[in-house]
Amino acid sequence: MPSLPPIRPEDEACAEKAPGAGTFDAPPVDHPNAMLVEYLLRLGDDSLILSQRLSEWTGHAPSVEVDLSLANMALDLIGQATHFLNHAGELEGQGRDGDALAFHRDVLDFRNCMLVEQPNGDFAQTMARQFLFSTWQKMLFERLIDSRDELIAAVAAKAVKEVTYHQELAEEWVIRLGDGTEESHGRMQDGLEWNWRFVPELFEMDRVAGEMAARGIGTDLQAFREDYLTKVRGVIEQATLAQPKDQRPILGGRRGHHSEHLGHLLCTMQFLPRTYPGAVW
Amino acid sequence: MSKDWPLWEVFVRSKGGLSHRHVGSVHAPDAEIAVRHARDTYTRRMEGVSLWVVPSSSIHASDPSDDAAMFDPAADKVYRHPTFYNIPDGITHI
Repeated sequence: MPSLPPIRPEDEACAEKAPGAGTFDAPPVDHPNAMLVEYLLRLGDDSLILSQRLSEWTGHAPSVEVDLSLANMALDLIGQATHFLNHAGELEGQGRDGDALAFHRDVLDFRNCMLVEQPNGDFAQTMARQFLFSTWQKMLFERLIDSRDELIAAVAAKAVKEVTYHQELAEEWVIRLGDGTEESHGRMQDGLEWNWRFVPELFEMDRVAGEMAARGIGTDLQAFREDYLTKVRGVIEQATLAQPKDQRPILGGRRGHHSEHLGHLLCTMQFLPRTYPGAVW
Repeated sequence: MSKDWPLWEVFVRSKGGLSHRHVGSVHAPDAEIAVRHARDTYTRRMEGVSLWVVPSSSIHASDPSDDAAMFDPAADKVYRHPTFYNIPDGITHI
C-alpha cells in the first residue's frame, strides 16, 4: 500500500496558511521555463522509473525470452528518459544534465506518476502495470507529436513506435494470462486490482498540465480519457477478467508525493553514482 | 514456465529481396507470442525486416542414421556441377 493518502483540496487550503504558503514541494518558479521543465520531468521520470522497475526483472523473468522482452522495453524507456531529462536540464540552466537529474535528485523532486513506481509483484502484476501505462503513454505520445516544443515532438514521434509495441505486448499478456489457467486468471485479476487505483492520476489536469496544454506544448489529458477507458475495458473483457472496481484514487506523484516504493527504488538506482561520483563505464 | 511452452523455429529476412534464414528458436505459448519473442530475441540489433516462426514439431528432418544413403551418393557426381564442363572458346553470355 502506498504510504501517503491523496492530498485533498482542503489539505491544500490548510497548507496555504502554513509558513511559505505550503510550498515545500512546489516547483521553482524563478526562471521562465519552470513550467516546461516541470513538464519534461514528468515525461522523463515516468519513463525512467518504469525502466528501472522493468530492469529489476533482468535474470529473473519467467523465461529467457521474456527476460529479453522486458529488458528491451526498459532500454526503450531509458532512451526516452535521457532525451526528456537532458532537455529539462538544458532549459533549467543550472548545469544539470539528464544523469544529474536521474541520480542526484531525491524522492520529493521526482515527478513521475505513482503507477510506474509500483512494485513488480509477480509477472501478471508487472504486465498489468505495463498495459495500463503503455496504453496511456501511447495515446499521450500520439498527441505530443504535434507539440510546439520541437524536442518533445521529435521524441514522441520516435517513441510512439516503441510504445505501440510495449502496448501490444502487454495487451497480449493480459489476454493470455486472463484467459489462461485458473491460476493465471487470478493473478492477472489481482495485478489489475493492485494497479487500478493509480489510473486516475494519469489524467489529472493540474496547473502545469493545463498551462502546457494551453501553450500547445502538452495536451489535454482528459480529452483521451474515455478512449483510454474504452480500450482498457475492451481488453479486460476479452481477457475474461472482471472490470476492477473504482477505488479511492491515489494522487500526488506529479507534486512529489510518492509511495514508499520510490525511495527504495532510488536507493538501488542511485547507489553507484552517489557512492562513486564521476564513475564512468 | 517456459519449459511448458512449445518450441518455435525462427526465420529472419535480413532485408527486402533476400530469403528468410533460420536463425534459432524460441519458446512461446502460441504463434503470436512466438513472433514477439523472436522479435525481441533475434532482431533487436536491426537484423531483420520480416520474421517467420514455425512450430519445431512441424519440421520433418532427415534421419542422421540415414546419412550415408541420403547424402554420400552425391559425393562423386561432380558432373552435376555446371563448372564440370569446359566451355568452348567463343561462347559468350553463359
